[in-house]
Amino acid sequence: MTEHTYNLLVLVFPVLVPLALAAVTAVLWRSPGLQRPVAILGLGAILGCSVLLVMAVLRYDILAVEFGSWPVPFGISFVADRLAAALVAITGVLALCVGIFSLRDMRKIHLRGGFYPLFFGMIAGVNGAFLTGDVFNLYVWFEVMLITSLGLLVIGRTKAQIDGAIKYALLNLIGTVLFLMAVGLLYGAAGTLAFADLARVLPTLEPTPGLVGAAILFLCAFGIKAGVFPLFFWLPASYHTAPFTISAIFAGLLTKVGVYAAFRVFTLLFTVEESGIREIVAVVAALTMVTGVFGAAVQWNIRRILSFHIISQIGYMLMGLAIATPLALAGAVFYIVHHIIVKANLFLLAGAIRQASGTDDLKKSGGLLKSHPWLAVLFLVPALSLAGLPPLSGFWAKFLVVDASFKGDMAWLAAVALFTGLLTLYSMTKIWMEAFWKAPATERVRVRRVPLAMTAPIVVLGAITLAIGFNAEPFVQFAEMASVTLTDPDVYVAAFFGTETDVGAVTLERSE
Amino acid sequence: MIFIYAATIAIVAGAGIYMILARNLVRIVMGVALLAASANLLIFLSGRLGSVAPPIIPDGADTLAASAANPLPQALVLTAIVIGFALTAFAVALAVRAYRSLGTLDSTAMHDAEALGSPFAAPKLTASKTTPQG
Repeated sequence: MTEHTYNLLVLVFPVLVPLALAAVTAVLWRSPGLQRPVAILGLGAILGCSVLLVMAVLRYDILAVEFGSWPVPFGISFVADRLAAALVAITGVLALCVGIFSLRDMRKIHLRGGFYPLFFGMIAGVNGAFLTGDVFNLYVWFEVMLITSLGLLVIGRTKAQIDGAIKYALLNLIGTVLFLMAVGLLYGAAGTLAFADLARVLPTLEPTPGLVGAAILFLCAFGIKAGVFPLFFWLPASYHTAPFTISAIFAGLLTKVGVYAAFRVFTLLFTVEESGIREIVAVVAALTMVTGVFGAAVQWNIRRILSFHIISQIGYMLMGLAIATPLALAGAVFYIVHHIIVKANLFLLAGAIRQASGTDDLKKSGGLLKSHPWLAVLFLVPALSLAGLPPLSGFWAKFLVVDASFKGDMAWLAAVALFTGLLTLYSMTKIWMEAFWKAPATERVRVRRVPLAMTAPIVVLGAITLAIGFNAEPFVQFAEMASVTLTDPDVYVAAFFGTETDVGAVTLERSE
Repeated sequence: MIFIYAATIAIVAGAGIYMILARNLVRIVMGVALLAASANLLIFLSGRLGSVAPPIIPDGADTLAASAANPLPQALVLTAIVIGFALTAFAVALAVRAYRSLGTLDSTAMHDAEALGSPFAAPKLTASKTTPQG
């Protein structure tokens, strides 16, 4: 096997393997007993593939491949830079953890509803969106993600799930239609759709109404996907209705794909400085942070609180995009990775709390500190990390973006971010006080145990949070390196066109 | 010609948006379908109108003739139509399911998901315990 073939395989495995597993688990539709071990083995394989991808990217900096031997830029391409590879790796870790959690959380009825095929289909969609090298295929992977996530959302067919799915489906459908329109306008203006080719062509073009329209439509479409103010209403309406396993993977991954797409498009194609949308993004980021955290403050259902927190955290990532200095983008990349782990962990913990106390309504639960002290400790790790307390991963993430906003002359944004952090701490304390500290409303006769399959993923994700928090330097360095392809599109373009082979090796300089 | 085409797109998109603003779920789904159709027309327009020569490379030549139609938007539109069709079918199925289990198609009357956690929600009516099952 030549090196070229190896690189090609490494690049497409994170999409091909989940697709193959979706097919295999679909064949095993009627035998849940077989589906479970196949799914866990398959998730292990996906994680292995993403590790291989990260290793290849660390070696070559950027991998690019054109399918069907079409010359650049006519074929369909996959590109992996550090950002994409890191996100694929995190997806692998998260999918495995959530898959282990699902062993006890998902019932037979969910497996008969096709949980594992849909789950693998969604992983394929997410990885495809991270790795794709052109705008139209980004749309296609978004749709793969959307249709499978819709299937997952209605898997138990309860009234609340149907209602939540309607809001999720219609708003996201409108989002993808806007995205498609933007793609059309962009093609009309530039005549190409590959990211690298667009990054080369677009700076030479005059800003026409079509291009401006495309930029605005991209902003709206990714805004809906990422759940930013004022387009987030589908998110807290639907995420708490699905089973815990599913809402955990949604919370971790789906909105972040929207953020990732916004980062790609608004650094590689339209830069926020030149297109004049910096102010819009900054104001949207601030309003997203504040409305999300206020929305969370009034809720009493654990997953509703956490859903609103997803929104407020998206604001921090957009902050990085608004400031758009290398430091800010590195901070935002770090934030995305940290948030995927922490938020999914919190949703898994909500599932464990539900398992332990029988309810996810904070008014009815309580007394878990006495009956499940370890769960209380495990909850504190991601909760305090989300609020941004040192030495956890959230502190470094917040520190980077806040530091960048001071240096980027956007101190007001930093003030909003710190205020939001304070309110986040408030609502995390609320969950802790209500679920763990206070006496239960009615004395429970027997202690409901939380099975090992549920605690193990929580422990793993908590350990990753701690590891990032105590040893942040290599992660920050990686984020800085990852932000190079965002701040300097030339590297991305060169990897695509520069060499006669498909795989380009580009040297990176440490950005300061 | 191009202005007539552009005006058509605007009318289709406008009709779609008008229907999305309705309360009835079926009308909203139809509106989204119309909006998707206008997006497809827009992609087609972005490949330039005018040429009707099929995009076939003649014998002995390496590239398309200058007069040939642009095949790429056609491929894109074809993909988008298929995807849009699948999603519309899903949305219609969801609407049917919603009518069966929630008993209404009025989107303002659907609050089963958010009635769980809102502190401002009105107290639940206990009348409808039994739901029409499909």
